Order: sequence, then C-alpha cells, then structure tokens
Amino acid sequence: MTATTNEVVPAGAAMGGEPIPSRVSTGKAPGTEGTAVGRTVRYALLVLFLVLILLPLYVLIVTSLKRSADVTASQAWSLPTSLSFDGWKSAWDSLSPPLFRSLILATSVAVLSAMLGSVNGFVFSKWRFPGATTVFTLFLFGMFIPYQAVMIPLQGMLLAVQSTPGFSWFDGIVKLIAVHLIFGIPICSLIFRNYYATALPTEILEAAKVDGAGLLRTFRSVVLPISMPAFVVTMIWQFTSAWNDFLFALFLTNRNNGPVTYALNELAGGQNPDYPSIMAGVLLASLPTLLVYIVLGRYFIGGLMSGSVK
Amino acid sequence: MRKAKDWLPGFLLVLPSIILIGVFVYWLIFRNVSTSLDRTVTRASKRVTNPGGLENYTKLLGSDDYQHALFNLLVLTVVFVAGTMVFGLLWAVLLEKGVNAEGIFRSVYLLPMAISFIAAGIVWRWLLSPGKGDQAVGLNQLLAMVGLERFQSGWWQSPSAFSMAAMALPAIWQLSGYVMALFLAGFRGISEDQREAARIDGASEWQVYRHVLFPQLSPIALSALIIVGHMSMKMFDLIYAIAGQNSYKASVPATMMWTQMFQQNNPTAAAANATILLVLVAIVVVPYLMYTNKTEKETRG
Repeated sequence: MTATTNEVVPAGAAMGGEPIPSRVSTGKAPGTEGTAVGRTVRYALLVLFLVLILLPLYVLIVTSLKRSADVTASQAWSLPTSLSFDGWKSAWDSLSPPLFRSLILATSVAVLSAMLGSVNGFVFSKWRFPGATTVFTLFLFGMFIPYQAVMIPLQGMLLAVQSTPGFSWFDGIVKLIAVHLIFGIPICSLIFRNYYATALPTEILEAAKVDGAGLLRTFRSVVLPISMPAFVVTMIWQFTSAWNDFLFALFLTNRNNGPVTYALNELAGGQNPDYPSIMAGVLLASLPTLLVYIVLGRYFIGGLMSGSVK
Repeated sequence: MRKAKDWLPGFLLVLPSIILIGVFVYWLIFRNVSTSLDRTVTRASKRVTNPGGLENYTKLLGSDDYQHALFNLLVLTVVFVAGTMVFGLLWAVLLEKGVNAEGIFRSVYLLPMAISFIAAGIVWRWLLSPGKGDQAVGLNQLLAMVGLERFQSGWWQSPSAFSMAAMALPAIWQLSGYVMALFLAGFRGISEDQREAARIDGASEWQVYRHVLFPQLSPIALSALIIVGHMSMKMFDLIYAIAGQNSYKASVPATMMWTQMFQQNNPTAAAANATILLVLVAIVVVPYLMYTNKTEKETRG
C-alpha cells in the first residue's frame, strides 16, 4: 500500500527496476542454502503448490479441446482422446463482439486514466496546494469504497444523462469508459504520486522554476519525459481492471452492449452447459490480461506493489 | 503560507478530478443514504414495504436473511484472510532465500491475479461441484483419484452453517500470490547484515525469522490484512459466478443487495444494505488511511 510498504519498498524502485528485488548475493549459488533435506523439502513444496495453482488452468485447456460428447463426468480430468476446436469456434462466435467492445473499453480507459493520473500525481507530489494531503486522503477513500454504495444513484444519474436529447450515444461501453475513468482517479493519482515522489528530484524542479518555467511547461519538458515507467504500470493496471470488471458491467450495460465479462457470464449461465465452449470462452476472455501479465509481468507486479487492489 | 500564485495553477489542474470524485463518490454516497431512508408503499395494496427513516435499517438488520448473509460474510472473510496470509507468507518464506527458477514459481503463484473473478468463478463452479461417489466431478473426483475420497465435500452447498468457508477456496487461489509478493519484497528489503549479526549471536534459523525478520514485516502484514479483508467484504463477482444470481445458501450483503434491487425491486432496502456495507468497509479502512497518513508525515519530517 501507500506509505507503509514504501518504508520497505521504494515506489520508484517498484516501477523502474525489478518490483521484487532478487536476494542480495551471499556468495552462494541460488538454491544452495541450508541442508540437503531442507532443500528437497523446499523444492517439493514449491512444485506441489505450482501444480495446485495450475490445476484450474489444466481443466480449462483440456476441456476446451474436447468434443461436447466427450465431456462426461468420469473423463473430466483426462486428456482429450481427440482434439476438437468446436468449443473454441462456438465461444468465438458468441464472444467476438463483446471481446471487441472490451478491447475498446480497456484501451481507452488505460490511456485516458494514465494521462489524468500523471497530472494529478505530479501536483499531489511536487506542486502541492494548501489542503492537498486532506484532499488526497479523501481520494484514497474513494478507492476502497464498495461500489455498491454508489451504484443505485449512479445508475439513475447515468440514465438521466443518456435520456437527455442528443446524448443517446452515452450508453454501453461509453458509459463504462466514463465510470472506470472516474473511479480510477484515486489509484492512478496514487501510482504517479508515489513515482514522482522518488523519481523526480526537487532540485530539477527548482532549476526549471529559476529558468522561469511555469507549471505546464515544467510538466511537459521535465516531468513527462521521465514518466514512462509509471505510465506503463498505470496503463496495465487500468487495462486489467476495466477488462476484468463485472459489477459495473452488470448494473450499467446489457447483453447487446456490455463487455466480455457480461457475455461470458451469460454464456456460462445457460440451462444445458456446453462445457468445451464455456471453458474456451473463459480462456478467450482471459487471454488479453494473461498476455499482458506474461509479457509485462514486472510492471503488473509494480502496480500491485505501489497501489492496492480494487 | 505560500503565495497563491505558486500553488493555484496546480490546484486548477487537479480541480476537474476533485469535482469528479466529489460528485461520483461523495455526492452519490449521500444520495444513496437518502434513498435508504425513504418510506415506500406498494401502489396497489397500500402495504408499507419500507417504513422510512432509521427503521429501514433496524428492519434490515433484524431480518433473518440479512443476518444469514452477514454470518456468511464473517465465515468467508475469516477463512479468506487467514488462507491468503498463511499461503502468502509460506510461499514468501520458501522463495526468499533465492531458489533456482524463482521467477517461474513467482510468476505462476501470481498468475491467478491476472484472471477476472468472473472467469475464475466459472471454472470453480465446476471444480466445487457437490456430487460425491459415482457422481463426483471437479475437486471431489480429483480427491477420489488420489485416494483422498473421505475429504469429498458438498463444498459451499454442504448443509453445514459454515459452508461459506468453501467459497474462500477460489478467493485464496486468486489472491495468495499477491500477499506473497508483498511479503517477498519485504524480506528482500531487510539487509543481510541483520541476519548475519543474529547468527553470530548464536540465533537458530527459526529464531532469526521469529525475532529479526517477522517483526519487521508487521507493517506489510497489516497492509495485506486490510486489503484482503476489505476485498472480502466487497466480494460479489466470484460468488455470483459460482453460486448463481440468487443463491440464498451463498448469500452475502453484496449479493443480497443485487437480489433486493433486481428480484425484489426494492432499491430502498438495497440502498440501506449498501450503506451498511460502506460503513463496515470504512471501519476497517479509515483508521488505516489515517495511520498511513501519519507515518508518511513522520517520514517526510
């Protein structure tokens, strides 16, 4: 979280370098500390947990490649006897429009949130105004609230906007972009604030001031050029939260204009579940965030460490 | 006090965000609370559905449905928090000294966090199927395959009043890696000299952990506790995906609110429920925010 973990993990380090530093070298090769028995037990436990965590993924992949007729109770854990991509095909058919909508949603939210966050983070860390700490604490509280506590009036308010003449486009994904942008303000401001607090030396800002640069010019020419790590972390964070959100989607959209989480839940909720298609659907709907995690894992963890979880 | 010329531009730049948070967080909370105090009467039979005022709250708090949901939430939260803390700390201890392929273990332990609760819930709905014996699928079948048939369970659908503990399993699966990452970073932040010094003083490996390392991790443990605990209180997606829309057995305040809103068409009661949820979360989070605020001021000097 905020300051508490910063005592141990500087936020800048969480984004610039490895979010979890490696063990300081003790002169020994990794994995050679302790007795042989201790080492064996340690590795055995690590592998056991690895297998347990991967079990649900195994079920997903294996089931998605079976034919519907082959998914009998007794065969559920075994490998498919013959590969079938029917499940993937039917999942793609029902999920491709919402997948596309989710992609627009998550990408727009990521870009817009990061831009807003960098401005806020800069002001809250280096261009503070009287009462900034109090305002920031009030922001942070907004990050922790159960969204149920605003959902009923939010739904009414957004519906009122939508029914205003000329605003009928304010629906579905557009609505969700606005909502994620607004409720993402606290976490994005927090990530950038923590980043600038360590990555932006006050001396540079003083120098810019002496040169007569105002707020906007300082931000553009001094702050933005060093902001890349925080941008990556924030964008990944917001992309993932917008992509994975279900609560806002359930209250504010419908099956025709909702994101993939909404459609996935519908796909899985039918009376006669077609397991290969459902499991392929789960994989399809999780692929973008899994890909982001695998390719940019270190920044993903950086976001976890510097912020918190919604 | 600095001159307004110095700070005003910054304030103006943040002003749009302040207005948005003010309206969408604080104003909407206020609106929700005022909805929760409404008096409502059914149009046809003139039956009072919500008496109005604080009575709406006493009515909700006194109802069996709500107490059942609250009890479920307590069971879920205790098991969920304890589980993530135990596994998170265990994995961090296993990894902190550095092992071969540490990156792979770490990445896999954190992997479930990248998946949405709704997607994970759909798999876990199947894994937590209640059938036993010949009917067993999912985890129950796996237990039978490895000779642990006696641990088969109805999971969250078992008749026990504590069945909600099973709902913590998928939640623990998703979030233990996060707690591990927090603890691991904490371990790595402690200098090697401190361990060395304790060892020279004759401390055993366990004593090094107990007296040197763990005490320094307590701020991190507190963060993890608050974050996981407040997530548990808000948990909706996972339960909705596993138990379905209107499960009474797996009902918690957050899912009950959906039922009140859409099945019972009673936004007033739903708003009261949501307000209580907000208060519960605030009781946990506000002291924590004040505490971090204070320590931050101290470190800034």
